[in-house]
Amino acid sequence: MNHARSYPAFLRDAVGVATDGGWPFYTWMTLLTALALVGVNAWAQQVVGGMGLTAMSDHVSWGLYIANFTFTVGLAAGAVMMVIPAYIYKDKAMHDVVIVGELLAVAAIIMALLFVNVDLGRPDRAWHLMPGLGRFHWPVSMLTWDVVVLGGYLLINLHICGYLLYTRFLGRRPEKRWYLPFVMLSIAWAVSIHTVTAFLFSGLGGRPFWNTAILAPRFIVSAFVSGPAFIVLALQVIRRVAKVPIPDAPLHTLLGILRVTVLLNLFFVGSEVFTEFYSGGSHTASASYLFLGLHGHNALVPWIWTALAFNSVAAVILLSARAKSQLWLADIACALTFVGVWIEKGMGLIIPGFVPSTLHELVEYMPNELEWRVVVGIWAAGLIVFTLGIKIAVEIFAGRMRHQLPDAEPDEPQAAGGA
Amino acid sequence: MEDTSRRTTLKALGATLGAAAFARAMAPLAAWPEDLSIDELLQRHYKELSRDDMVRVLRRLEQETLDQYGAVVTIDDVRPIPEVQFGYALNLSVCVGCRKCAEACHIENNHDRATNQSYIRVLEIKNGSVDLAMGTVDYDHAVPKKGRSYMPVQCHQCDNAPCVSVCPIEATWKEPDGIVVVDYNWCIGCRYCEAACPYHARRFNWHKPEISAEEINPDQAYLSNRVRPQGVMEKCTFCLHRTRKGRLPACLEACPTGARVFGNMLDPNSEIRWVLENKRTFVLKEDLGTRPRFFYFFDK
Ligand code: SF4
Ligand code: SF4
Repeated sequence: MNHARSYPAFLRDAVGVATDGGWPFYTWMTLLTALALVGVNAWAQQVVGGMGLTAMSDHVSWGLYIANFTFTVGLAAGAVMMVIPAYIYKDKAMHDVVIVGELLAVAAIIMALLFVNVDLGRPDRAWHLMPGLGRFHWPVSMLTWDVVVLGGYLLINLHICGYLLYTRFLGRRPEKRWYLPFVMLSIAWAVSIHTVTAFLFSGLGGRPFWNTAILAPRFIVSAFVSGPAFIVLALQVIRRVAKVPIPDAPLHTLLGILRVTVLLNLFFVGSEVFTEFYSGGSHTASASYLFLGLHGHNALVPWIWTALAFNSVAAVILLSARAKSQLWLADIACALTFVGVWIEKGMGLIIPGFVPSTLHELVEYMPNELEWRVVVGIWAAGLIVFTLGIKIAVEIFAGRMRHQLPDAEPDEPQAAGGA
Repeated sequence: MEDTSRRTTLKALGATLGAAAFARAMAPLAAWPEDLSIDELLQRHYKELSRDDMVRVLRRLEQETLDQYGAVVTIDDVRPIPEVQFGYALNLSVCVGCRKCAEACHIENNHDRATNQSYIRVLEIKNGSVDLAMGTVDYDHAVPKKGRSYMPVQCHQCDNAPCVSVCPIEATWKEPDGIVVVDYNWCIGCRYCEAACPYHARRFNWHKPEISAEEINPDQAYLSNRVRPQGVMEKCTFCLHRTRKGRLPACLEACPTGARVFGNMLDPNSEIRWVLENKRTFVLKEDLGTRPRFFYFFDK
């Protein structure tokens, strides 16, 4: 097989498939593109006018961007909850759709990286962060670890997705040795990305709200809520809109996982709340601010109670017997808990770390319109990546996107395959 | 065939529209290069600049200050003095909370006028406590007020500085004389250090600082009070452009009560040494293990 010729053909056909579709597809993509451009525009204004155009301040110096960064890292890690059943437990039905999880990992990591980049005061100097080019403060700075693990996770998943799709495109069976080791690596790596991201916060002794050993476990568990929840919804959409015959089995596996992780997540939040409030003292201030409000400042109170309500309702729905037969109920639960975790691990985690400040000043933060535009733009960009990935995968798996062998190539025996 | 070519035309049209929309969205960036030069974009880290590089950078920065602010300034690369370890102490018994130190810092260090920025925050705390949670910085009445005491807080130049550890690109570090500095031309503005500092000592340049030409202090250093660019972190440098030349920090000179004591802790005859040896000093949040070089003490 001549890869020099077939790989460009693969890319060409992929671009073709990615830009071809019916009106629903075009409408969806136009909408996403428009939103992404709104985000680009807002970011461009921010770069020129300064980060002061956001609602952040020296008191609350990270906001909606880092909140979404944290959440999307979790989303990427959560995708592994398809990979484990598919490859470790050899779940055949899951194996057939596991590419959805791998593509989600790619899209979510791209979003996470975008969220960090829009948070930089000097994006023109982002190259200072490149190992080898700049001055990489490794291994001391946790942020350098995050660069390594996020970059690595992106590359691993790009390789897995790319390899699986390309071999199918060629009409071959993927060879285990070219992807299985990477799949195993990606499982361990998924845990690492979210652990390191938790350490980013929990390693700061001056911020008692984050400085807790339970943060990393909490991050992992909530990732295993948001990831499967998103995938369940995505699978439902794919089989309705793209008319791909996906059986219920993988959905039930994911819902089975969710039933446990949603509860575990609530349990961890409960443990945290108990420890904070029962012992009291000044380190409870942030938790009080978050859950009850502090000295008349209570901007986050409605957020966190919404999150808790959503997560609790989702847990009840998932545990009820009816959700097993009526999948639309499970869909609602997934949507609820997805939003719940987004709040809890986004705004609900980042902002109280800064309120009250280290000198105990109470300065609040609510994202402003510019920040929302940037955030919506990045989500749209992530969904573009995800949609295109899924579209290409669907076409390839359905055999509609196939390598057309040139008629005369006698020196290449097709069947042998080989390395 | 007809259909395919129509599709291709449509796709081309879509791509053109998309590209045009993208260019429109990015249009605000056109205003950016005003403050950006290629030299600045490619400038290396402070510690990687040769003597010659440094001279060129300093002249460029002086020129930029002239172009952008209309002020003629001298920017030096003032290096640490060997055998010097700076320390600072503050007598809480005599501080009256007048905030003259904060004001002096504002002027000396070319802070943004619009936000009245300063590296020093003065807390007013009810007597009977040194609990920060009991304090406020927003007091607005004649001082000293009965039943209140005052606690100025600025960078403690920690020997085990969390801000330095967390920086992903070594844009901030501890100098041999103990001062923690930032290379304003290397910092990417991630603000991780600001989250890590337990003393609210770091300041971010959310906007390009505003300051009129007449108000600019022309005596500047690369690592301290030169006018900072937008989007980077800054902090107290113990006025290294003064103290490394044998002068005292601006905040100390401005203090009307003599609450502030600064000097070389290695010099056995220095006042700071006397305070450290004879007074009961304490540091803020000692339990965090940051090992500050900024000490508080009471007279009795
Ligand atoms: S007080 Fe804050 S900014 Fe200053 S050295 Fe310590 S951690 Fe760094
Ligand atoms: S804001 Fe600048 S100095 Fe602070 S951690 Fe980030 S790069 Fe380092």
